[in-house]
Amino acid sequence: MPSDPSDLAIKAEGLVKHFGETTALDGVDLAVPTGTVLGVLGPNGAGKTTAVRILGTLLKPDAGHATVGGYDVLRQAHQVRQLIGLTGQYAAVDEKLTGAENLLLIGRLLGLSRAESKQRARQLLADFSLTNAGNRATETYSGGMRRRLDLAASLVGRPRMLYLDEPTTGLDPRARAELWALIRSLVERGVTVLLTTQYLEEADELADEIAVIDKGRVIANGSPEQLKATTGTQLLAVRPQDPAMLGTVVSVVGELARTAPDVDGQLVTAPLSDPAVLPTVVRRLDDAGVVVTELTLRKSSLDEVFLSLTGEPAEHDDAQYAEGIPA
Amino acid sequence: MTTTMTVAPSEPDVEPEHRELEPRVGLTTGIRQSFTLAWRTVVQVRHNPWELGDFSIQPIMFVLMFTFMFGGAIAGDWQSYLTYMLPGMIVMNMLFVTLYVGQGLNTDLTKGVFDRLRSLPIARWSPLAGRILADQVKQAWSIVLVLAVGMILGFRLGNGVTGLLGAVALLLVFALAFSWVSVVVGLIAKDPERVQIYGMTVLFPVTFVSNVFVPVDTLPDWLQTVVDANPVSTIADAVRSLLLTNPDGAAIGQTLVAAAVIVAVFAPLSVLVFKRRL
Repeated sequence: MPSDPSDLAIKAEGLVKHFGETTALDGVDLAVPTGTVLGVLGPNGAGKTTAVRILGTLLKPDAGHATVGGYDVLRQAHQVRQLIGLTGQYAAVDEKLTGAENLLLIGRLLGLSRAESKQRARQLLADFSLTNAGNRATETYSGGMRRRLDLAASLVGRPRMLYLDEPTTGLDPRARAELWALIRSLVERGVTVLLTTQYLEEADELADEIAVIDKGRVIANGSPEQLKATTGTQLLAVRPQDPAMLGTVVSVVGELARTAPDVDGQLVTAPLSDPAVLPTVVRRLDDAGVVVTELTLRKSSLDEVFLSLTGEPAEHDDAQYAEGIPA
Repeated sequence: MTTTMTVAPSEPDVEPEHRELEPRVGLTTGIRQSFTLAWRTVVQVRHNPWELGDFSIQPIMFVLMFTFMFGGAIAGDWQSYLTYMLPGMIVMNMLFVTLYVGQGLNTDLTKGVFDRLRSLPIARWSPLAGRILADQVKQAWSIVLVLAVGMILGFRLGNGVTGLLGAVALLLVFALAFSWVSVVVGLIAKDPERVQIYGMTVLFPVTFVSNVFVPVDTLPDWLQTVVDANPVSTIADAVRSLLLTNPDGAAIGQTLVAAAVIVAVFAPLSVLVFKRRL
């Protein structure tokens, strides 16, 4: 039995995938140690789903190599499929069947007896708060219920590795929080998780390590803290009333943010890794006699993480542009 | 729907680490998995019996309309027309019912169910085989239905039960083969509705430009050539001979050859189209 010496549950090296003219993956390396959560963060079309599909044996890479649990995704795809559970972007359940029947079907396909499958379905429905809805056709389910059923379906076979491809996209905040709680409880039980998301917050909440992916390449790697430190999680923006004070503002902000601020007209912006600096900023500006018309501190959005990592804005559809951002 | 999250799975969801992994799926396991997947389609019908009605009403209407509208004009009286037309009607209906394979497959593809199935450690061919298998149940039902309506109107079997069973067997074999055409359509179409539209566009001319509804000798020469070359005419002849007179060995043989050719062309084609769709 192959075993990975470095104890990596999932390892991908140099994955390349083209779709016609488009390059979906352009040499992606990923490594997920056993029992940890890797968050793959990136905008729509970055190649996240393609990577998951290759690691899930649904797609063959044009180049590169990947192993899951030490098994090659191409040559030992059947073994890999016995290790993984896959939850896709859309809830892949049969809408005409009830929740219980969907789970029963998968149990039977995985070789459980009828009684075992029923028992497993009942237990999973209970665990995922779907007992009452278990005998209803899934086409009557809400978005959150479908996602939960989809997640339950991927757990019927007690997988060691779980792939969650944008598990909460399109869910309301409450359903999202519920799903996060579920995912955390799975991780506690030792499941290795590969999570893709376009939400920085989600990666921050769930992941031990984050790989930021853009245009088919991994452009940054590290723990959420490291990533925040390199990109700046908060954005400070100051606009002095008197244009003559611009120089003073730049020097104060620059000193406290420990980086050269951006100046756009009268607006001075800089990433802040430590929000506790804000009161000092206010005091120092006050001491210098600067009157400000605008002073904001916001969490940097995924757009700004991308901006700072790639130098160009991320193209994704739910832009979280708050007020007061330089154009 | 209010849900209080008492999530934490009550039992470990993780399999003990070093479970023996199977290197591949055995044939019998694959067959069992195909039957499990076919069960899915049967359950759908049980939940929504109207679905059965959906594909029962049209054939009944067709039998009644053709018998009474065209019977007198084409054959002199509707009784003799019924005898001539009914076997061909069964063939036409069989071809239409194969569209459900493509439609179901397309639904699975667009809803992501197919991806889920493909990520499971099951035989690669079982999701498709399950679809086709379930379709055979619908086929059997619709053959019996058209025949029953015909018999109520006065259609009589000329070859007894043996001829009937032979006809049903031949129809199912051809349906199995023709399902591959439906699979290709299901893979090409963007959504399930389009499977129906594409399918109808192909099947209407193919079934009407045949000897199913009118005797060939009434047609212009050039059209006779086309109709004779149409495999639908051949299978209609074969089924007619099995239900009414003496089994026509040549027509039956040609039908089986046509079935084999369809599989030889469309099965590899569907694999090709499937890879392009990924």
